[in-house]
Amino acid sequence: MAILLRSEDKIIVQGITGNQGRFHTGQMVAYGAKVVGGISPGKAGQQVEGVPVFDTVRQAVAATGATASVVFVPAAFAKDAAYEALENGIRLLVMIPEHIPVQDSIDIVTRAQALGAVVIGPNTFGVITPGEKTKMGIMPNHIYRPGPVGVVARSGTLSYEIAFSLTNAGLGQSTVVGMGGDPVVGQNFISVLEAFHQDPETKAVVMVGEIGGSAEEEAAEYVKTLGKPVVAYLAGRAAPPGKRMGHAGAIIERGRGTLDSKERALTAVGVRVVTMPWEVAPAVREILG
Amino acid sequence: MKQYEYMAKGRLKARGIIVPPGRIADTPEEAAKVVAEIGPSALKAQVLVGGRGKAGGIKFASTPEEAVIQAKAILGMDLKGYRVDRLYVEAKLEIERELYVSVTTDRNAKKPLVMASAAGGVEIEDVQDDLIIRRLVDPEVGVLPYLGREIAEAMNLPLPLAREFSELLVRLYAIYRQEDAELVEINPLVVVDGHLIAADARLNIDDSALFRHPEFELVEEGSTLEHTVHQLGLAYVELDGDIAVMANGAGMAMATLDAIQHYGGRPANFLDAGGGAAVEPTAQALSVLVGMHPKAIFINIFGGITRCDDVAQAILQVRRSQGIPVPLVVRLVGTNEQKGVAMLEEDGIAAFSEMSEAAQRVVELAGEGR
Repeated sequence: MAILLRSEDKIIVQGITGNQGRFHTGQMVAYGAKVVGGISPGKAGQQVEGVPVFDTVRQAVAATGATASVVFVPAAFAKDAAYEALENGIRLLVMIPEHIPVQDSIDIVTRAQALGAVVIGPNTFGVITPGEKTKMGIMPNHIYRPGPVGVVARSGTLSYEIAFSLTNAGLGQSTVVGMGGDPVVGQNFISVLEAFHQDPETKAVVMVGEIGGSAEEEAAEYVKTLGKPVVAYLAGRAAPPGKRMGHAGAIIERGRGTLDSKERALTAVGVRVVTMPWEVAPAVREILG
Repeated sequence: MKQYEYMAKGRLKARGIIVPPGRIADTPEEAAKVVAEIGPSALKAQVLVGGRGKAGGIKFASTPEEAVIQAKAILGMDLKGYRVDRLYVEAKLEIERELYVSVTTDRNAKKPLVMASAAGGVEIEDVQDDLIIRRLVDPEVGVLPYLGREIAEAMNLPLPLAREFSELLVRLYAIYRQEDAELVEINPLVVVDGHLIAADARLNIDDSALFRHPEFELVEEGSTLEHTVHQLGLAYVELDGDIAVMANGAGMAMATLDAIQHYGGRPANFLDAGGGAAVEPTAQALSVLVGMHPKAIFINIFGGITRCDDVAQAILQVRRSQGIPVPLVVRLVGTNEQKGVAMLEEDGIAAFSEMSEAAQRVVELAGEGR
């Protein structure tokens, strides 16, 4: 078991002939993901890493029965690509691009909600389920192992750091989910925690948060009923207010989104909040015994 | 991207929202000319921070002579770290009431959010929570006039004002939605002679949407160095410490600052070299750090997509071309780690594999810490 992405999910890649799309299609195929097609208008008939290219999502879905799509198109075209996927039956949509206008992201997640589809991202590294050898995204293949720890993160490299330290400590992962670093994203901690709650394989959850917004505070209320131990690391203690720390969403605005407020909320509901990334794996080890 | 007040008001006016008559002035003489034209005025410093009034950034002048004196007092002053180079000279208003209204995005609800209050004129975060009316908007429908009428009712506005408020809210939402605003705020929204006027306005445009808004003038915030690094396409924030920092990925970069602070050091900057940084951008970024003359430099790389040998290559390149005259601590793990570490070792640079040890070391080398 795992969450969101399973081995049987058939995946298409929108923007497969671009540099990123091409490279990561190869990586996904190498990992074992069922990548059944790619989209690049005007390039139907080509192959990328052995994967057939189609002009439209409609064609690709008709030919392959795909239900999941990972999007690599430039940000300005991302809304178009997302709607094309959603309107053609894609129900798991991973949006990799950074710098998608917030109004476009609002539209994408609103439409997805209406259709009952799941959006991961934008500005995400994606989702990976090591136990089923499948992934949608740009994370490195070699740092994960199957195991009992669910990981949900806002940030890519920081989650790699933490996932790798879990792996090195002998703690594998059930599924690792990147929510994305933008202000408006498809998943929040609560939706991912709910999924981990349902998953018998997941015995503990690691939250990797950061300054900005109040997703961590909102999640705290839910953690009370999660029934599984949670370890959290939050980045941005040293960040000054009013400055965007790389991610569009990582900003303390008008006194909101501070690390203190998040830590207090999570600590109050029994989350083990550690102050440095390297303290995560030992804390999980201690809890799981 | 933040807009100056006069720019924000220009957008409001273009959408049919009433603003006071006013003009920009860059010199005391220009300010005097505007006052001669429109009568008693407020001279308002154009800076990108709130709370100007309290900080002395707004003064009043009834005559052109007064305008010269007041303009001289404001122009060139330092307002919360911003130098005042421009004034907005605007007709003084006989204010009956001050309200608040804004449209922004609710990140958790993933929807537009309208906020309004009958207690305007102060920063909204200082307003008591039960005096703020919050309504989420369905983005597929937008703001219809009824929403404005309901909010006006909740603020106890009399009928003619309620009607004006409702029209204004529809227009304000159009700015938010069609001009890709992160925030459009009127505070205070004032009642003058029984009508609503936008006395002050804030407009922040979504940086990611600027490509489809050529109508907006570029407003750059921050230091010259910040602009330079942004032009390289890298995320960079200046801080007040003296350990220069580079990491790959925003989260990693934040965690790196936290680690330095944890050991008692003071980071000089935030710099995200990108999740898949190649040789050239990494070398450019490092070159910027060297140019900052820090006490020490810390490079923290988790090589996922980024390859450690590329990072090592960039470090050696900068070392050979311009030299790195301060202590350098490199933490390098992940893809092609052995190759990268070997390249650095050949050049006498030791690389750490543990982030904690590396952070501790750089703080020591900078002569800081506990």
